[in-house]
Amino acid sequence: MSEAILNVSNLTMDFGGIRALDSVDIEIHRGEIVALIGPNGAGKTTFFNCLTGIYTPSAGEIQLRHPETGKKSRLNGMKPNKITEKGMARTFQNIRLFANMSVLENVMIGRHCRSHALIFGAIFRNPATRKEEREIVDISYQILKKVGLHKQVNEQAKNLSYGAQRRLEIARALATDPFLLLLDEPAAGMNPQETEALINLIRLICSEGHSILLIEHDMKLVMSLSDRIFVMDYGKKIAQGTPEEVRSNPAVIKAYLGEDVDA
Amino acid sequence: MFPVKELKRSLFVSIWFAFLTFPIMVIKVDPIERIVSWRWDNMIFVAIGSFVLSILAKVYFVRKERRAGSKKAQTVLTEPYVHRILREPRFLYPLSLAVLTFAILFPHLFSAYQTNIMTTALMYVVLGLGLNIVVGVAGLLDLGYVAFYAVGAYSYALLNMHFGLSFWLAMPIGGLLAAFVGVLLGFPVLRLRGDYLAIVTLGFGEIIRLVLENWNDFSQGPSGIANISRPGFFGIDMSFSASINYIYYLVVGLVVVTIFVVNRLQSSRLGRAWLALREDEIACQAMGIDKTKTKLIAFSLGAFWAGLVGVIFAAKTTFVNPASFTFLESAIILSIVVLGGMGSIVGVILGALTLILLPEYLRALSEYRMLAFGAILVIMMIFRPEGLISNVRRSYRFKKQTSSESE
Ligand SMILES: Nc1ncnc2c1ncn2[C@@H]1O[C@H](COP(=O)(O)OP(=O)(O)OP(=O)(O)O)[C@@H](O)[C@H]1O
Ligand SMILES: [Mg+2]
Repeated sequence: MSEAILNVSNLTMDFGGIRALDSVDIEIHRGEIVALIGPNGAGKTTFFNCLTGIYTPSAGEIQLRHPETGKKSRLNGMKPNKITEKGMARTFQNIRLFANMSVLENVMIGRHCRSHALIFGAIFRNPATRKEEREIVDISYQILKKVGLHKQVNEQAKNLSYGAQRRLEIARALATDPFLLLLDEPAAGMNPQETEALINLIRLICSEGHSILLIEHDMKLVMSLSDRIFVMDYGKKIAQGTPEEVRSNPAVIKAYLGEDVDA
Repeated sequence: MFPVKELKRSLFVSIWFAFLTFPIMVIKVDPIERIVSWRWDNMIFVAIGSFVLSILAKVYFVRKERRAGSKKAQTVLTEPYVHRILREPRFLYPLSLAVLTFAILFPHLFSAYQTNIMTTALMYVVLGLGLNIVVGVAGLLDLGYVAFYAVGAYSYALLNMHFGLSFWLAMPIGGLLAAFVGVLLGFPVLRLRGDYLAIVTLGFGEIIRLVLENWNDFSQGPSGIANISRPGFFGIDMSFSASINYIYYLVVGLVVVTIFVVNRLQSSRLGRAWLALREDEIACQAMGIDKTKTKLIAFSLGAFWAGLVGVIFAAKTTFVNPASFTFLESAIILSIVVLGGMGSIVGVILGALTLILLPEYLRALSEYRMLAFGAILVIMMIFRPEGLISNVRRSYRFKKQTSSESE
């Protein structure tokens, strides 16, 4: 297999006395859909927060490699916006949309780091700025079409249904042109039909060349989508492998303590 | 219709108010005659007054809840008729034109005294619009805005005194200096949020004023700087009344430019980022927005406008001293933004005109100006937290064309 696009080694995160992440190693390759699962409080969200620069990890290495240019960058201590610029974007478990802005504007914010106009452009609206603005609107609209929200462009984000808000989070992250997309429980709160649609959406996004790392409790989604699965418990990685391997792994079954992994 | 529980509460409120206002409303001490008079009737008025007001407030809220409960669609239809006027170009353009014509004719219709007051009010419009970028759009609570105003005013005063710099040169310099000070202050301070930012900016405003007051060699201390030149017009000497009109038109021009610029900024990439920052900083950063840079731009742009108005202020009064730049001034400008409606240009204009012109024309009220400010703000927060006119975001039309083309 080719060189990994994300290479995390020995990642450790301490909160005071609590070790939320304990020497976690993970790597993701181009074109993969990888799932990160584990019981509540295992440290999955913390792992995402360390990757995306919201927390600065206590120890360990995070390396991102751009699949096209091959450019490597060490993400430790980098600001979240810089990391997004490098090509890794995320969604949030507890939805963090811009509630009072329109659906379209939410996605347009995602284009911010791929556009340039500042004060001068804003005031004089020179041709370059107008072109850029038109592109922002067009691309955002296309992305909304992809996730099926193009009928609600002018709706305020807070008025969307829960499932639609989750899809809008994905759309917003996609707008930053990531090669690696991190999804934190994208199916949480969705009904079976919505989850089904989400599975198709994630497949579509993957087929368009984005690699995906997702956290999810919905085992049906995890098992049907993932190429590989990492399992965490108490901040440690306890297992990894294909869905079949993980499903029959005794350590995983024990971690879930009777939870129905086969569901 | 009214439950006993509510009546009891209102009774409690009125007793509480009577008790609170007891020292100022009831006891009157005359230190010269050494007489203490007890004005018990005042207490009765306070009690009855607050009882009635609290009942009225309750009725209002019950109604409001009912309306909200009954049907959403109805409120959508009735609420934003102001918004509809503002959004529809065929209403908005004639309206703006009418207002502008009135503004241009104003000095010919009214006395020089009126024109002077209007000039002051319009200066506050610009200050309000400037602060609106910082507080209303970007959501950075700045309580020391007057500091930048002072920087602008003293830039012109000092440059004019020492080097005889002309008004027109001083305008950009004053604005840029204020923006520069904004960046200097912003760097360390903008990582703070909400209340903390408010306190630090408040302190900064006071520091600037105290420096101006005490650094005699630099700013001539409390006595201030006098004999600042009025703005020139290609070297023509103007009569006093002509110069009043001249400054008036200058400020009208500045208001127009400010509205134009602020409007464009709000609907730009930058304006979107400011709004988003106000909504959720962490999500913003995760979406690739440089938090510090974006905030700093908002902060220094706001400061730039304060600086410009500061220069005009110095030129208009031909005299500056630190007493013009107290916290009260910041509070008034902030009240303008809050009263008018955070982020709304029309709202801020109305807010400025209301808060500045009202006390001028109701001389009797000007004694109670501070009291009125307090009361207005509290009442606004209760009944219309979004301000006189809430901000309308631009909407995008795709549906009609069904294709992907926008606007
Ligand atoms: N900012 C923080 N300060 C202190 N402790 C934290 C912080 N963030 C997370 N933790 C702790 O780290 C542990 C892991 O939390 P995390 O949110 O990463 O779990 P999770 O695997 O995402 O769980 P869930 O499936 O419920 O979302 C928890 O014990 C949590 O209390
Ligand atoms: Mg989590």
